Amino acid sequence: MTLIALAKTLDVDEPLTMRSGAVLAGYTLAYETYGELNADASNAVLVCHALNASHHVAGVYANADGSLDGKSTGWWDNMVGPGKPVDTDRYFVIGVNNIGSCFGSSGPATVNPATGQVWGADFPVVTVQDWVNTQAVLLDALGITQLAAVMGGSLGGMQALSWALQYPQRVRHAVLVASAPNLTAENIAFNEVARRAIVTDPDFLAGHYRAHNTLPRRGLRIARMIGHITYLSDDVMNAKFGRNLRRATQALLDGNTGTDYLYSTQEVEFEIESYLRYQGDKFAEYFDANTYLLITRALDYFDPAREHGGSLSAALATARAKFLLVSFTTDWRFAPSRSREMVCALVQNKHAVSYAEIDAPHGHDAFLLDDARYHGVVRAYFEQAVTTQADVQ
Amino acid sequence: MSTDQTMEALANLVPMGAHVLDLGCGDGAMLAYLQTHRQCTGYGVEIDDAKVKSCVAAGVRVLQLNLDEGLTMFDDNAFDVVLQIDTLQHLRNAEVMLRETARVGRIGVVAFPNFAHWPNRLQVLQGRMPVTKRLPYQWYNTPNIRVGTFTDFEVLATANGLHIADSFGLHAGRVRRWLPNALSSTAVFKFHK
Repeated sequence: MTLIALAKTLDVDEPLTMRSGAVLAGYTLAYETYGELNADASNAVLVCHALNASHHVAGVYANADGSLDGKSTGWWDNMVGPGKPVDTDRYFVIGVNNIGSCFGSSGPATVNPATGQVWGADFPVVTVQDWVNTQAVLLDALGITQLAAVMGGSLGGMQALSWALQYPQRVRHAVLVASAPNLTAENIAFNEVARRAIVTDPDFLAGHYRAHNTLPRRGLRIARMIGHITYLSDDVMNAKFGRNLRRATQALLDGNTGTDYLYSTQEVEFEIESYLRYQGDKFAEYFDANTYLLITRALDYFDPAREHGGSLSAALATARAKFLLVSFTTDWRFAPSRSREMVCALVQNKHAVSYAEIDAPHGHDAFLLDDARYHGVVRAYFEQAVTTQADVQ
Repeated sequence: MSTDQTMEALANLVPMGAHVLDLGCGDGAMLAYLQTHRQCTGYGVEIDDAKVKSCVAAGVRVLQLNLDEGLTMFDDNAFDVVLQIDTLQHLRNAEVMLRETARVGRIGVVAFPNFAHWPNRLQVLQGRMPVTKRLPYQWYNTPNIRVGTFTDFEVLATANGLHIADSFGLHAGRVRRWLPNALSSTAVFKFHK
């Protein structure tokens, strides 16, 4: 059965005081829901997205004529849906686009009601905590006091963790996939290179490119290329592309055998170059540059241990949720060691936690892919643990 | 070896309500038993994907870790009891893990196949490595890379400064306290620092 998704919006009139001190007078949240909320509203699962995803977690959109848009599959459709590990026949699943993003919620590409102009670089800096606060407002509007589970991968996992700390009474289970309790210096470094690529693009125009009817595409392309490299593993890149030449592939298709190097520094020579350029070009057309800056900064700033003298264990002391953590052995951007740090802090607090470390070759991307061991653990967790009745005091 | 009687004999070594770490917890049966019958809390440690999933499905908290990488994640005395049920014999660093067990837990409980059980001795006397119900593997495919006896463990524990609080043999689900080294297929030790 195909799940048909329907995007909705919630206009919030209440002001949001952000962690930076900035105040948003009001904001819009784009969201989707799948499945039915049960009578006592105890089966809700919130799915948090990472850098470049959205509220469109699962299913496909219907076209105006009622046919289905096969190209519009949600970003975690292999995880969420009828009969999937997070089964929408049992759970009421919510996907929400975070503010600062560019898929329907208030963000730098939307209009600032106070000025009538596109926000651009003036959209305030958002943090994971700000997102969680807005997600809580959405839950209030949907009549949900307590989540059966909050779940996310990567930056989405950080939101799930933050939920358990900001609203301990409102979360029964937190599922963190390929996540981390903060970013390492290397990770911040990658983000900074991406941001510099965008900001130094001549078309960035101090972040007000939309007012000048242009986009800093070159910067975004490079940001995306760097991101893509770090989401994959060396092994999987070699397996997929190796040293294959673009022309050799084309020549095979054409029935020729010309496979010599081009001896050019500018042309696409290797398959991996072609792949990265393609990904970069695609991304630069649909993703907002200011959003990229904001979301990578939210990643950098997230560090719940910081207010507890650097002790993650102390930071997690007040959590009441039960946890499932999953990491992937070849993920070097959000490495298993980072998940183990969180497991360690949870164990020190004697909190309920299970942890699966999946030996998958796909690097950070593994969290979005279909892997029987990974999905099997998540399915078992949702079947066994999450259905257990509300037990948060 | 997880018959109900065996499980009960081992569970009796665990105080009521204890916070337990079960190293090599398999499908989580022992922890599930302790949770139900002795109101214990805690975690299992397991490396196998399918067993980790079984634990999750059974409502047992499980951490997928490789014991050969040690127990650095766990603080000193973090647990009331650390169990190594049929785990020690699979570990490359068995002695280090014994010390780690004593460091992390106030009480350690270890159970492993006893090579000095008399049918094993008989087979060795006949010139062959033992193959029994308890040790069903051939020498060339056994996962038991550490073969030791009840008495060997006493020596190892003492050499590491551990105090044996209780020890007995298990055979056919029954506790054997008389000549355990010769008369039991499983050796069981409860010890502390």
